[in-house]
Amino acid sequence: MGILNYFRSRDKGSASIAKERLQIVVAHERLQRNQPDFIPQLKREILDVIAKYVQVDQEDISVSLDKSENCSILELNVTLPSA
Amino acid sequence: MAKIIVITSGKGGVGKTTSAAAIGTGLAQQGHKTVIIDFDVGLRNLDLIMDCERRVVYDFVNVIENDATINQALIKDKRVDNLFILPASQTKDKDALTIDGVERILSELSESFDYILCDSPAGIEQGAYLALYFADAAVIVTNPEVSSVRDSDRIIGLLQSKSRRAEKGDTPVEEHLLLTRYNPERVEKGEMLSIEDVKDILAIPLLGVIPESKSVLAASNKGIPVILNDQSRAGKAYADAVSRFLGKDVEHRFIEPEKKGLLRRVFGR
Ligand SMILES: Nc1ncnc2c1ncn2[C@@H]1O[C@H](COP(=O)(O)OP(=O)(O)OP(=O)(O)O)[C@@H](O)[C@H]1O
Ligand SMILES: [Mg+2]
Repeated sequence: MGILNYFRSRDKGSASIAKERLQIVVAHERLQRNQPDFIPQLKREILDVIAKYVQVDQEDISVSLDKSENCSILELNVTLPSA
Repeated sequence: MAKIIVITSGKGGVGKTTSAAAIGTGLAQQGHKTVIIDFDVGLRNLDLIMDCERRVVYDFVNVIENDATINQALIKDKRVDNLFILPASQTKDKDALTIDGVERILSELSESFDYILCDSPAGIEQGAYLALYFADAAVIVTNPEVSSVRDSDRIIGLLQSKSRRAEKGDTPVEEHLLLTRYNPERVEKGEMLSIEDVKDILAIPLLGVIPESKSVLAASNKGIPVILNDQSRAGKAYADAVSRFLGKDVEHRFIEPEKKGLLRRVFGR
């Protein structure tokens, strides 16, 4: 396959790559904007506490609030580095 | 009671002002008394697109600050009956628009107009927020391109949570997707997001598809809203979109690659 063909075949798929990336980022952002405003701050404070004991990054922590009819569940996930 | 329509996008330069001028002109052509308000304080442009830049005496901010009456600031279009422009201020800073001031002027205009179009500035700051806050309907102008689609989704989020209708729990703001600068040839080659792709992601009803067209720049060069050029594909697509907005069932045109004849291939159009 010549160099020209290589670029052509990559070009062919770029719209579908765009769609895939958009679906992921938009879904993520929609979840975030339905969260209460205090979640980011809560996340930072939890990170600070955990960081006293183990080394973790912001992205290793996920916090979400699920509302059901008569209660809300605050879900906290921390991925610790394999020691 | 006027219907308030915001023309918005989040991302800059996608065709909001072009669309506000075209749709406003189209509504007036159909006999509806229409005013287009430029909310882009500091970066006024609607006046140029509508060819009334030399007729601006007072602007939106002058009216808000009670330095002029609405009637002194409104500019009547010379080509189309029932069409008026309220220009943005060029000198004052962005914070000159206040929510109370905007509300007062919209309700005053509401008494005598059928449609009030708000041409939003880019971004999600005060100007864009005020342009959408009082809206009954929103035209979300989107280009088939990743950052534009993402920003449109954010604006849809704002409409659904921060508009007056959302805050009051009224019926939600009507949402209309306007896909502009669409190039069917590039979509066919897989180089550009298709209508279906964008609809899948944004999940709001499609008002129209405006093709990428040289006549849009030509129209803005001359200060003639492109909808007044009945030779232009973009102009025709805007006219169709206006008909759909008014409830007519019109098929979408210019969404398939053109079969170019030899002459068109040579001279392009
Ligand atoms: N369908 C189209 N085909 C070709 N060019 C277009 C089309 N629509 C808009 N343009 C061009 O894109 C540019 C930006 O358009 P416009 O000023 O309407 O965007 P905008 O969203 O109002 O920008 P801003 O965010 O700065 O207010 C202009 O040069 C215009 O001529
Ligand atoms: Mg503009």
